[in-house]
Amino acid sequence: MGSQGGFYQSKEFLDLVKSIGEARSKAEEDRIVLGEIDTLKRRISEPDIPKRKMKEYIIRLVYVEMLGHDASFGYIHAVKMTHDDSLLVKRTGYLAVTLFLNEDHDLIILIVNTIQKDLKSDNYLVVCAALNAVCKLINEETIPAVLPQVVELLAHPKEAVRKKAIMGFHRFYQKSPSSVSHLVSNFRKRLCDNDPGVMGATLCPLFDLITIDVNSYKDLVISFVSILKQVAERRLPKAYDYHQMPAPFIQIKLLKILALLGSGDKQASENMYTVVGDIFRKCDSSSNIGNAVLYECICCVSSIYPNPKLLESAADAISRFLKSDSHNLRYMGIDALGRLIKISPEIAEQHQLAVIDCLEDPDDTLKRKTFELLYKMTKPTNVEVIVDRMIDYMISINDNHYKTEIASRCVELAEQFAPSNQWFIQTMNKVFEHAGDLVNIKVAHNLMRLIAEGFGEDDDTADSQLRSSAVDSYLHILSEPKLPSVFLQVICWVLGEYGTADGKYSASFITGKLCDVAEAYSNDDTVKAYAVTALMKIYAFEITAGRKVDMLPECQSLMEEFLASHSTDLQQRAYELQAVIGLDAHAVESIMPSDASCEDIEVDKALSFLNDYIQDSIEKGAQPYIPESERSGMLNISKFRNQDHHEASSHGLRFEAYELPKQTVQSRIPPASLASTELVPVPEPMYVSESYPTTTVSSASSDAGSTELKLRLDGVQKKWGRQTHSPATSTSSTTSQKTVNGITQVDGSNTSNSRTRETYESRKQQVEITPEKQKLAASLFGGSSKTEKKPATGHKISKSSSYMVEKSHVPKSSMEIASEKKAPIQQPPDLLDFGEPTVQSNAPSVDPFKELEGLLEPTTEVASAKNHSSTAAATKSPDIMGLYTETPAGIHNKDDGDILSGLSNPPGTHMLGGTTRTQVAQSSKGPNLKDSLQKDALVRQMGVTPSSPNPILFKDLLG
Amino acid sequence: MIHFVLLISRQGKVRLTKWYSPYSQKERTKVIRELSGVILTRGPKLCNFVDWRGFKVVYKRYASLYFCMCIDQDDNELEVLEIIHHFVEILDRYFGSVCELDLIFNFHKAYYILDELLLAGELQESSKKTIARLIAAQDSLVETAKEQASSISNIIAQATK
Repeated sequence: MGSQGGFYQSKEFLDLVKSIGEARSKAEEDRIVLGEIDTLKRRISEPDIPKRKMKEYIIRLVYVEMLGHDASFGYIHAVKMTHDDSLLVKRTGYLAVTLFLNEDHDLIILIVNTIQKDLKSDNYLVVCAALNAVCKLINEETIPAVLPQVVELLAHPKEAVRKKAIMGFHRFYQKSPSSVSHLVSNFRKRLCDNDPGVMGATLCPLFDLITIDVNSYKDLVISFVSILKQVAERRLPKAYDYHQMPAPFIQIKLLKILALLGSGDKQASENMYTVVGDIFRKCDSSSNIGNAVLYECICCVSSIYPNPKLLESAADAISRFLKSDSHNLRYMGIDALGRLIKISPEIAEQHQLAVIDCLEDPDDTLKRKTFELLYKMTKPTNVEVIVDRMIDYMISINDNHYKTEIASRCVELAEQFAPSNQWFIQTMNKVFEHAGDLVNIKVAHNLMRLIAEGFGEDDDTADSQLRSSAVDSYLHILSEPKLPSVFLQVICWVLGEYGTADGKYSASFITGKLCDVAEAYSNDDTVKAYAVTALMKIYAFEITAGRKVDMLPECQSLMEEFLASHSTDLQQRAYELQAVIGLDAHAVESIMPSDASCEDIEVDKALSFLNDYIQDSIEKGAQPYIPESERSGMLNISKFRNQDHHEASSHGLRFEAYELPKQTVQSRIPPASLASTELVPVPEPMYVSESYPTTTVSSASSDAGSTELKLRLDGVQKKWGRQTHSPATSTSSTTSQKTVNGITQVDGSNTSNSRTRETYESRKQQVEITPEKQKLAASLFGGSSKTEKKPATGHKISKSSSYMVEKSHVPKSSMEIASEKKAPIQQPPDLLDFGEPTVQSNAPSVDPFKELEGLLEPTTEVASAKNHSSTAAATKSPDIMGLYTETPAGIHNKDDGDILSGLSNPPGTHMLGGTTRTQVAQSSKGPNLKDSLQKDALVRQMGVTPSSPNPILFKDLLG
Repeated sequence: MIHFVLLISRQGKVRLTKWYSPYSQKERTKVIRELSGVILTRGPKLCNFVDWRGFKVVYKRYASLYFCMCIDQDDNELEVLEIIHHFVEILDRYFGSVCELDLIFNFHKAYYILDELLLAGELQESSKKTIARLIAAQDSLVETAKEQASSISNIIAQATK
C-alpha cells in the first residue's frame, strides 16, 4: 500500500490535471493541452535536467498523448530514459515508449540495444520491465535480436519473468511464426511449470498453436483434462480463486483448448466428458464468473463429439440464460443457442418466444446477436420472414459497418434459399436500394448472372417472366432520386439486355431512360459506361430485328459528349456504339446476338486462326516468333525481361528512366507491323474487369480489319508492358469462374423452390389462430404443435401480414403497458449516481403511482417522461433535504448529473449538492466517506483545491 | 485477444488508454470519440457489450468511470467483463477504495498495474496476490530511490546555503 499518499508529482502537473478536469469544452481542453505542449517542448530540451524532473515531464507527455495530442517531439527523450541506470527512471522510460510507439516506429531500433542489455540484468524487475517492452515493441525484423535471450529467460528462477517471457515468445509467434517455429516445443515444457501463473500464461500460446494445427497436439488432451480436473477440484493455491470459483480464467482457457482438440474427434472427446460434466455441476450460476465458465462449457460441448448427457446439461444452462432478466445473460444465451442448434436443432423450438423477445428488444446489441442466430437457423421455410426482418433492421440503422454485414447476409440467404424468383429480385432490389454502396460488387454480378441465366434450365417462359418483371421493377425504381452506383450498374445492364426483349417497351423509351441515367449520374464513369453499352445493345437488337434506328436527340448529344470524354473507356465505348450503328443487320447480329450473355466464349489461346497470316509474313521475310522459354540465350533481351518481371510483381511506381528500346524493337518486330505501334490499345484495367462476354466480343470483332495487327501487338505488349494489362487472360478467367458459380447457384435454389410451397401453406393457417408473436415464432421456427398449446392472451388481433409484428404492442391492455414500463422506469436512479441499495428499496413504493399515470396519460411517451421525474424525486427521499424542499432537489439533480455545469452554479446550491451527496454516500457505504474526505484533504494539502465538492471523483469505484 | 483498454469518464474524458494492437494517433482519437459516443449513451439495463467495426467492446461502469475492453468476435464476453472487474478489484486493493481521482493523478500507476495483469493483449496473471506482490516489489524500489534522492537534495541544499 505504498500508494496511499500517492501524489508525487509537482504542483504544476496537478494544476494541469485539475484545469483539464474543469475545462468546460473540448476546445478549452485543447487550448490547455496545447499550452502544456509548448511548455514541455521548451523545458524538455533544456540542458542538464535532473532525472526526477525529466521523469515527470515524460509522464506529462504520456498524459498529453493520452488526451489525443501529438507528443512525438518527446519520444526521443523517453527512449533516452530507458538507457538510464536507475530502475525507477528506466521503468518510466519503458512505460512511456510502450505507450508512445507502435511496432513500426523508427525509434525502436534505438531501444533494441537497451532491451538486450536489460534482459541480461541480475535484477528481475529490470528484466520484467524489458520484457513488457518486448511484448509491445519488438517487430518482425528485430525478433532475432532478442529471441535467444527471451528463450533463455523461459527457465529463469523467478516465475514473473518466466511468465512474461512466455507472453513475449507468444507475441513473436503471432508476428512471425516462421522465425520461432523451431522453438515452439518450449511451450509444451512450460505447461508443466510449477507456478500456476506460468502454466496459465502458457495456455495462451498453446491455444493459438492448436488452432492452427490440431493434430500435433492431440497427445496433450490427457494433460489438459487432468489439469482442468485439478483446477476444478481446487488444487490450485487459494490466491487463484475468484469470487469463490477455483481459477476460473484458467478453466475458461482450458475449455477453449479442449473444444478445439475434441472437435470431430470421438476418442479425444470421450476423455473430456467427465470433467466437463463435473464443471457443469459445480458451476455457480448465480455469479457472473460462474456463468462465464458455464458459457464456455456450452461452447466446448457444442464443439466436441456430441454426448447426449452433456448436451442436455448445455440445453439446461441455455434455458437458464434465456430466462434470465439480465441482458448480458440473454445475449450469451442467444449466442450459445446458435452454437448448440448446429448439433441439436430441435432445442431452438422451446426457446422461440424468448428469441422473439430478444429480437424485439430495444437493445441493439441483443438484437444483432439474435439476427446472427436467425441467420444460422434460416431454412427455405422461414427465409422470407427472416430476410424481411433483417432488411427492415438494415434500413433503420446508420452504422455502415454493420449495415454492410447484414446486407451481405441478406444476399447470402436470399441466394441460398429464395422461394421464388420474384421474391429474390425484390429482395435484392431492397438491399441494393438501401445499402447498394456497401455490398460487394460481386453480389451485383451474381444478380445480373442470375437474371441472365434464369432459375430453371428448361423453363424458358419462367425465365422471360423473371426478366420482364425485373425490367418493370427497375424502370419503376429509376424514378427514385438517388440510387447507389452498384445498383445502377445492374439496372443499366438488365435494361440493355432485356429492356426491349418482351416488346412491352419501345426502344426509344428504354434508351431515353438510359440517357437519363447517364445524365443524372454524370460524375460516375462506371455507370455511364454501363449505360452506353446498354444503349449499344438496344440499338443492336433493333438493327437485328430490321427496324430503323433513330437516335433520340438527347442520346446523340450524350454520345458527342462521350466521344470527347477524358475517360478512354467511355470514349472507346462511344466509338464502338457509333461503329455498330453504321453496320448492316447481319454483321450486327454476329457481334451482338440477343440474350447471349451466358454463352461461353471459346478462347483460342494458341491463336491458331492466325497461322495463315504468320505463314504469309514469314514467307515475306519476317522473323519467326521465339517463345519466351527459348529466348534465354539472347542476353540483352533476357536481361530486359527479368527486369520487367520484377516490376510486374512489385506493382510499384517506376522511378528510373525507361531504356531506349531501339535495338530490340528493330531486331524483333517485323517492319510490316511497325507502323501500327501507335494503335497499341492499352486497355485500362477497369475496362477489363467490367467487360462482359458480349462486349468483349464486340470490341474484338468490331474493327475486324485491324484484329490481326492488334493481336500481334498484344503479344508484344505482353513482353514489354506489364503483365496485368493483358486482356486475353483476364477475360478467360472470368468466363470460367462464371460457369462454375452458375451451376452451384442453380442447384441450391432449385431444391429450395419445391420445398417452400408446401410449408408456406401450412404456415398461413397457423398464422390466423395465434397472436402476433406466436405467429412470428411459428414462421421462424417452422410452427410446431407446441405453439398452439401456448395460452392465448385472449386478444383477437386483426389479421395482418406476418411481418407487421412490431405493431403488436398496440392492442395490449394498458396494464401490460404499465408493467412493461417498470423496467425503464427503475433506471433513472442509476444515472444519478446514487448508492444502489437505497434506490431499490424505494422503487416499489412508487409503482402504483406510476401505473396510475400510465393509465391516465394517452401517449406513452409523456407518461414515461412524467414517471421519470417522479422517480427521480422519489429517490431523493432518503435524504431529508430533498424530501422537504422540492427546488433544491431539482438543482441537486442537475448538479449531480454534470459536475461541470455544477461548478458554475451559485455557491449556495453547491453546498446543498455537496451535503446531500455525502449523506447518501454515508448511507450506502461506511468507509467511503472517510476515505474520500482523506483524499480531499490530501489534495488540498498538495495545493490543489477542487473548487467545489466534486463528489463523483471521490466516489469509490467498487461502491 | 484484447485489442485495447479504455477508461472514459461519464463526461467523455479519457482517463487511461492502452493499445495492444497498432493504432495510429489519428485512429486512436477516432476510436475514442466513436466509442464514447456509443457507450456513454447506452441505458443502464442494456447489455454490457457493443458491436463495433466487427469487434466487440465490453464495458462496465464503476461510479462515474467506464472501463472498456475491445475483443475479438469469438472471445467470451462474460470472461472479459470479469477481467475488468478483476482489474478494478486490484486497483481497489492497491489504492484502498479506489476512486476516479486516484486514477487521474496516478494514471501511471494504473498503467503499471495493468501491465502486470494484461500483456500482449492476453490475461497474464489471474492471481491478485501475485500482482500485488510484484507491484509492491517495484514500489519499494521507488521508495528507496526517493529517499536517496531527497537526502541528496537535502545535502546539496544545505551545502549551498
